[in-house]
Amino acid sequence: MYRVRRAWAELRNEVLVLPSRTLVLAWVVALLALPALYGDAYVMRILTMTCIFAIFAASWDLLAGYTGQVNFGHALFFGAGAYTSALMSHKLGITPWATIWAGAAVAMLFGFLVGYLCLRLRGSYLSLATLAFPLIALGLLFAFSDFSGGELGISGLRRLTLTPTANYYVASISMLVIVFGLWRLADSKFGIVLHAIRDDEVAARASGINTPLYKLTVFAVAAAAAGFAGALFAHYLRVAGPSTLEVALSFQVVIWGIFGGVATIYGPVAAVFILYPLTEWLGTFRAVGELRLLIFAVIVLLVLLFMPRGLTPWVRDKIETQCPRCKQRNGVWRKACRLCGAALQAQVAGAQRLVGHQ
Amino acid sequence: MLQDILVTGLVNGGVYALLAIGFSLIFGVARIVNIAHTAFYMLAAYCFYALLVKAGLGFVPSAVLAVASVTLLAVVCYRLVIEPVREHEAAVLIATIALALIFQELMLFSFGGHYLGIPSTLEGGVRILGVSIPYQRMLILVVAAAMLTLVWFVLYRTRLGLAIRATANDLEVASLMGMNVHRVAMATVAISVALAAIAGVVVAPVFVVDPFMWLAPLVTMLAIVVLGGLGSLKGSLIGALIIGYVEAITVFAMPAGAYLKGAVALGIMVVVLLARPEGLFGVAFEEER
Repeated sequence: MYRVRRAWAELRNEVLVLPSRTLVLAWVVALLALPALYGDAYVMRILTMTCIFAIFAASWDLLAGYTGQVNFGHALFFGAGAYTSALMSHKLGITPWATIWAGAAVAMLFGFLVGYLCLRLRGSYLSLATLAFPLIALGLLFAFSDFSGGELGISGLRRLTLTPTANYYVASISMLVIVFGLWRLADSKFGIVLHAIRDDEVAARASGINTPLYKLTVFAVAAAAAGFAGALFAHYLRVAGPSTLEVALSFQVVIWGIFGGVATIYGPVAAVFILYPLTEWLGTFRAVGELRLLIFAVIVLLVLLFMPRGLTPWVRDKIETQCPRCKQRNGVWRKACRLCGAALQAQVAGAQRLVGHQ
Repeated sequence: MLQDILVTGLVNGGVYALLAIGFSLIFGVARIVNIAHTAFYMLAAYCFYALLVKAGLGFVPSAVLAVASVTLLAVVCYRLVIEPVREHEAAVLIATIALALIFQELMLFSFGGHYLGIPSTLEGGVRILGVSIPYQRMLILVVAAAMLTLVWFVLYRTRLGLAIRATANDLEVASLMGMNVHRVAMATVAISVALAAIAGVVVAPVFVVDPFMWLAPLVTMLAIVVLGGLGSLKGSLIGALIIGYVEAITVFAMPAGAYLKGAVALGIMVVVLLARPEGLFGVAFEEER
């Protein structure tokens, strides 16, 4: 009984006080309870894909948002995971449950390689150079098409599980675990170092941070997560094709990341959960089905004009305020900070009045 | 085969140079990584096709109209979409990606996804040093050379060019010296997109026109620009020739070369970046941490 009361108190004091945390909790519960409530196969399929892409988008954010290594070729890791897992399970007959980890490991090696090659590059140079890697891989795949299946890829892979519900749970639970893990990593001391590297690499190095080591680690971690997503994707669709390496996928993840709000982890995940089902849903209408990519691009453009920092920071600023004294976040309806008791709204109004008089 | 390599490399290099120099200019002046750059090239090719084949205008009027309308469209897009989010680098980036997707989908919707052929406007060819060059490819070369000279003239011999170079060098100081940096940026957008549009119009009869024709040159153009050094015009020109020739050699001299040409070109870019992270002619942006 004590434990239950304690858990309830934790929940009320730590989660329900903040609208953003409440939203996240509601989202997790809804995600896990969905098959029991509404087990439509089509909806499950869309959400399984959404979860896989959410892992991919979150891994991009760790690399691009936190560390500032804006990767234009993130599809390389996705494709490396997909192809490794597909080749191993197809040619060697190993169970997908093992090959997915192998896919993530090979993607991690690719992450090290790309990270090593790009250590000295900065800013736009890095973005444009990373764009090249998946295309080099794509050229090699086409040139050795007996091995890789060429344009068609490797099809007829083994399924992970037999029912749509089980597939959904595999994807959604791995998504929750990986995204939460990435978020914890980004929120730790490690994440603070990443912020420092993004904001000023020279200053970070001058402060005694081994920036190459950190950058390599981040490349490897992000690549492993993306490779895991790619391997899941290959076994879910039962095909690993060249589309996993295309520029379109690399750009897609950049759009998701920036649309959701960079350096948040949850932002890109939210963006995938909004944009991917939206485009699929638009595709079901006969009248606009052909125009879905167009509508997608227009929505992204319009949202950006109003929220240039991305969706989640904008929403968060609307529903929460930051305490001017202790920098903790509070629900927007509070008059005083929930932790230190400093006045919230009065101070803001006063500051605005001061600015107005200047 | 050697002659084929020489001619193809030069022609492709010329087209790439037109694209890469425009991209470099706009990056240098406004720090915009314009992913939609080659989408304007695609739009110009479609516009040219519509005016020449559908509307039945002559070769020269349709070319001029196509370039002018695409340039105008680019300036409008810049004012409406890019300028409001200029302070947010990431937003600018995906705004240009979104623009490119919008153009691609619009063309897909209005012209369909199949390849469109534009009848060659110049028949016949010349033989130089035993190599026969069709007039159409000669035209690409001549236009590319003329445009590059014109750009050089504008940049190094006019007041606008001085303003563009000054803004590229240091935006704040240029602004303090009384230059209207917004107007300079807009003029740069116009020049840069006009170059891409001209490239689109001249290659349309030689290559096929389809809504996805912007992707392959985009990647090559980015490789060239990085290879030559971001923002460096000389670098872009030399990079374009290097990549043009490398692609030609790969296609003609290697087995499965058509698949590997992109990979080899991009591989060369990576090797150059390993040796010189700022590209061949780039300046190290040490102060721009």
